[in-house]
Amino acid sequence: MSLVIRGGRLYDPAQGIDKVGDLHLENGKIAEKGTAEEEIQAKGLLVVPGLIDMHVHFREPGREDKETIASGCEAAVAGGFATVACMANTGHPTDTAAHVTYVRKRAEEIGLANVHPIGAVSKGLRGEELAELGTMARAGAVAFSDDGQPVLNSELMRRALEYARMFDRVVISHCEDATLTRGAVMNEGEVSAELGLRGWPNVAESAMAARDILLAELTGARVHLAHVSARQTVELVRWAKRRKIPVTAEVTPHHLALADDRLREYDSRFKMNPPLRTAEDVSAVLAGLADGTIDAIASDHAPHTVEEKEQELAACPNGVVGLETTVGVVLDLVAAGKLPLARAIEALTWAPAGILGLRRGTLLPGVSADVTLLDLKAAWKVDPKSFRSRGRSSPFSGMKLRGRAVHTIVGGRLCY
Amino acid sequence: MAALARILRQCRGWRAKHLLGAKDLSRDHLERILGLSLNLDRVPPDDLRAAAPLKGRRVFNFFAEASTRTKTSFSIAARQLGAEVLDFSPSTSSLTKGESLKDTAKVIESMGVDFVVIRHAAGGAPHFLSRQVHGAVLNAGDGMNEHPTQALLDLLTIKKVLGRTTKLRIALVGDIAHSRVARSNLWVHRTLGNEVVLCGPATLVPRELPARISHDLDRVLRESDVVMMLRLQLERQQAGLLPSATEYARLFGLTRERMDLLPKGAIVMHPGPMNRGLEISAEAADSDRSVILDQVANGVVVRMAALLLLAEALS
Repeated sequence: MSLVIRGGRLYDPAQGIDKVGDLHLENGKIAEKGTAEEEIQAKGLLVVPGLIDMHVHFREPGREDKETIASGCEAAVAGGFATVACMANTGHPTDTAAHVTYVRKRAEEIGLANVHPIGAVSKGLRGEELAELGTMARAGAVAFSDDGQPVLNSELMRRALEYARMFDRVVISHCEDATLTRGAVMNEGEVSAELGLRGWPNVAESAMAARDILLAELTGARVHLAHVSARQTVELVRWAKRRKIPVTAEVTPHHLALADDRLREYDSRFKMNPPLRTAEDVSAVLAGLADGTIDAIASDHAPHTVEEKEQELAACPNGVVGLETTVGVVLDLVAAGKLPLARAIEALTWAPAGILGLRRGTLLPGVSADVTLLDLKAAWKVDPKSFRSRGRSSPFSGMKLRGRAVHTIVGGRLCY
Repeated sequence: MAALARILRQCRGWRAKHLLGAKDLSRDHLERILGLSLNLDRVPPDDLRAAAPLKGRRVFNFFAEASTRTKTSFSIAARQLGAEVLDFSPSTSSLTKGESLKDTAKVIESMGVDFVVIRHAAGGAPHFLSRQVHGAVLNAGDGMNEHPTQALLDLLTIKKVLGRTTKLRIALVGDIAHSRVARSNLWVHRTLGNEVVLCGPATLVPRELPARISHDLDRVLRESDVVMMLRLQLERQQAGLLPSATEYARLFGLTRERMDLLPKGAIVMHPGPMNRGLEISAEAADSDRSVILDQVANGVVVRMAALLLLAEALS
């Protein structure tokens, strides 16, 4: 198998490359030169390392009505993602090596995106006892997380960090002090006070982030903060990085682009966890992403059935889909001058690869031939009916965006 | 009857299709509702029934939360205007069988309903419903968000007793955080430019609301024309928001002694149902300053006005 991508703008923040040229893919790897059996014209397109989404929820096994590994992978490649890391809170949680192996095997059979399972921190995600992190790591779990809910017990979190460090795996923290968020449906602030909806204050996230940063310092283990939404959390991460504490962080496109005033229509497609914050928080996470305080962009793709989401706010579950809108939203921020292109691409490639210890996210010869072709100028309108994902609830539905993925190549194979 | 026809002409040009919140009502809206209510108040009930301006219209009472006075008040208002009233209450409906709000909306739609009066525990449920049905939606209380007709009947009561609806000092006292009555009244009086003070324990008064906040009831009472006492739900204590009901009554209850602090002419209101001896003493509730029973009486006429105006937008 040999493929050449002709005349595109090769863009790889990991190597500091930004030049027009050809990219050769040989036998599933990126190559210096090639035999060029097939070619793809990429004139006017941006050729970047295959994008990586380090935080998605494919609901299989157990809740295939929400999303399967197959439908999730189709959504991924359609959205420009060659690689995803999927969270452990499936219908039956990924808390043993058998579960990890199942997810990997299913993904291999499907043969679209690279799927890296994230194992649970605790058995059954119950937050009581450590799951078999070592066995799961050996089976291919790239990280550990109880995401969807916090590890409330600080002792358990400490031991998880110490233990995961033996296998050089990062622990991903869903920062939420659940005692401060009972019954909450949105951000706590002016808008929640006005609407009479129960709020989830910033401090519930940032207090937990502070705990986990200090536990990382104590244990020397790597902690990664999922979906940072509060401005105080950004400050804490900035502080931690100055002190060389091994902490990394991610932000979702919806927290970069939308604020809690969207809830005024009581529309459930704006309900997720953590919730949309204020405009001030939006500026803070954007600034944090731009200056590298926040390392990665991740969609937190969290599909639910239409029946579940089409309910009054209090009754509908948290979570929105993101795989097929992330590129558009991020490139739209770039087009609007709110985010440098280099940071945007790095946060979707090299940065998550580094956090998860993957040999991906760059166009360096010898690396797996995962490539995404982006059109920075294409204007399009988000229409959930066209999604490959089974989830339809998107906060960006109906929005006009500039920029989209044109092709996704995984392991040298054109998958979209 | 000619007088009635003239009154009904007052409805012309009303555009708002639903009554979801007092927040959405402009000063002009408020004045029109109030003017219509005052005029309707003067029409003998028999004349109204004979004219039946809403004949052939269907009103669907959908109360997913228990209610007696609001539901009855809406029913009387609708019947008085000649509309047909369908009732849907939680104990007998499929709601208890786990039917979603969306399906309930479809059922309502299939019955050819013109008005849906909804009370629901979830804030925003009426907004959700308004996107699913063709008829007009009237919010009869949604979670902690709004109870617009309550604020309107409160406003009518103020107008009838004090003779004005502006240049007023309004005190809302009690559990503001969980109160839809407080929010609806706050929006109405902000729109009218009245001074609003929210008074209650710091755990039950959100600092983010756009009004002055006080925790000193004695001082608030001295500076108010209208004092609205709110019902305290006893579960707030279990939720850790209050140390005890006794302490609450001591700090924020309208006692006999506190009544003496009110300026001349000030009135006491309560949306009901009252916890006598907790947020309001029997002496205060039954005093000549209390207009609590007027509030109930004014509920019907305000709801008639709302139905007539929304009918204008429907046709």
